Amino acid sequence: MRRKDSALRNLWCRLCPTHAENRQRTRLQALCRKLTRMNLTSESWQAIQLTFELATLTTLLLLVLATPVAWWLSQTQSVWRAPIHALVTLPLVLPPSVLGFYLLVVMGPQGPLGQLTQSMGWGVLSFTFTGLLIGSILFSLPFAVQPLQHAFDAIGSRPMEVAATLRASPLDAFFSVALPLAKPGMVTAAILSFAHTVGEFGVVLMIGGNIPGQTRVVSTEIYGHVEAMEYAQAHVLAAGMLVFSFVVLLALALLNRRQRQVV
Amino acid sequence: MMIHLQINIVRSAFELNLDLQLPGQGITAIFGSSGSGKTSLLRAVAGLEKNPKGRIQIGENIWQDSQQGICLPTWQRSLGYVFQESSLLPHLSVAENLNFGLKRALKSSNSVQTEANKALQASIELLGIGSLLQRMPDELSGGERQRVAIARAIAMQPQLLLMDEPLASLDAARRQEIFPWLARLRDELKMPMLYVTHSAEEVTRLADHLVVLDNGQVKAQGSVSSVLTQVVNPVMEGEDAGALISGHIGAVDAQWHLSRVDFEGGSVWMRDAGLEVGRAVRIRILARDVSLATTEPQNTSIQNQLRGSIQTITAETHPSQVMVVLKCGAEEVLARVTKRAVNELALEVGMPVWAQVKSVALVA
Repeated sequence: MRRKDSALRNLWCRLCPTHAENRQRTRLQALCRKLTRMNLTSESWQAIQLTFELATLTTLLLLVLATPVAWWLSQTQSVWRAPIHALVTLPLVLPPSVLGFYLLVVMGPQGPLGQLTQSMGWGVLSFTFTGLLIGSILFSLPFAVQPLQHAFDAIGSRPMEVAATLRASPLDAFFSVALPLAKPGMVTAAILSFAHTVGEFGVVLMIGGNIPGQTRVVSTEIYGHVEAMEYAQAHVLAAGMLVFSFVVLLALALLNRRQRQVV
Repeated sequence: MMIHLQINIVRSAFELNLDLQLPGQGITAIFGSSGSGKTSLLRAVAGLEKNPKGRIQIGENIWQDSQQGICLPTWQRSLGYVFQESSLLPHLSVAENLNFGLKRALKSSNSVQTEANKALQASIELLGIGSLLQRMPDELSGGERQRVAIARAIAMQPQLLLMDEPLASLDAARRQEIFPWLARLRDELKMPMLYVTHSAEEVTRLADHLVVLDNGQVKAQGSVSSVLTQVVNPVMEGEDAGALISGHIGAVDAQWHLSRVDFEGGSVWMRDAGLEVGRAVRIRILARDVSLATTEPQNTSIQNQLRGSIQTITAETHPSQVMVVLKCGAEEVLARVTKRAVNELALEVGMPVWAQVKSVALVA
């Protein structure tokens, strides 16, 4: 059973026309097939595409959400700083199953968020793409907040003071000085959030439910293949993940080195 | 226009407490050792310091009045601020740095674009940075960066220019490179400047007015020459004690490579520095280079003799020494002599004497 869910999917279709235009996709598939000389099942392709959709949306939303949080953490002297910092870092140390469990409880039919979404007529979010997206955002939150916070910390107070003496209001200075200077941190945050979302498994399994085309991503697809003893299929996807993750981390290292040289 | 600063900052181990009326033009140097509170004072004026109490009024504009609960945020104060170390925004080119403040200042005031452009052009010329506009801050030398920072501040045509040891982060050669530009600012701009420094050289070369801070309190203030010749609580002690005299080049002796500096109360010859007649100069006469005579000295190699009368005779730290303040016309000259000499010549207050000046230094 496939539950088509909601606005986010539609938004994604608009952002990424390939999703709607199957012809283009099949052409890409044909090319990849030729390149790898491997026959990926359409389920695998669906999982790959879903994984990238999920990672891209997670990354975009995380940058929007994490930037103000990171800025607040780097600037505030409030007593709430330490507790909030701990809370934001929590997904780093919690087993994904714990996070997934509580998300299920909160988003489920009896949970507060579940009741809210039902009363709004959106149904229950668990076992949907939107639910998975919310889980992914929470799960990767520290990977976005920490690089951003470090970048903001590294700027120090001086450039913001300089901006104030040049007649920039705090909001103006944030957009015209702090954000541009934190660009390396934003790039790192985006890459890490994306890669970490691609690599997540436990949360997906807990709140996604492994529904093909809805919540089945590469990591759970591999799990399914292994369960079904389809090792050849598992190999292709697993090797792909390995190469992808290596390339991402390599790119990050090269980027950091270049940044250091620039400074 | 007057500047009224009444500021009180209380920190755990430090308190700044002062009430100053400062002239609304020229350079007022805030002089003191590190930890004296001079940078805190400047930051409080700019609104960068947290929770200062008091009242800050620049001409008609009240920037802060704790009693009325007024405290404008920094970005609403019409000021220019030059920080000690390079403060150019590193992601913007020189031109973009200059425009950053200018276009925001333009938005908040009613001045016209053409006028602002004129001010920008003037500041670019005044600081000689026309060839640097397309560069990024990390491609500039330390001295160039400070010049751009100063130009960026004055281009906004603020009511008050604040400079926090703008030369302290530069080496001696770069400092010499900036001095003439700062002197030009003082002479060509109408805006008042508060100039924080711990360098006696910067005070003597640049300041018109001097505020001496010590441990958060005002130790002395007034015109720079009057504060420097103050004998009680001297600002510059020991070998640095001396008078600062403003005058102009009165004549040049081409044959002997000398030029004469005339001032109210006399004139002195010094090495010709190539300055033309009529040029305003400041000279420094150190107390250790002045000796006294009760009659006009004859047959002496010392070329400079000033007539004056003894104003005060004050004991120095070493029991053998005294500091004699002479009034020569409108100016004061310091002479450090021994107590025995005072005794043998029977020097006393009010007595007319001749001061023999062994050495004169041109400071600006």
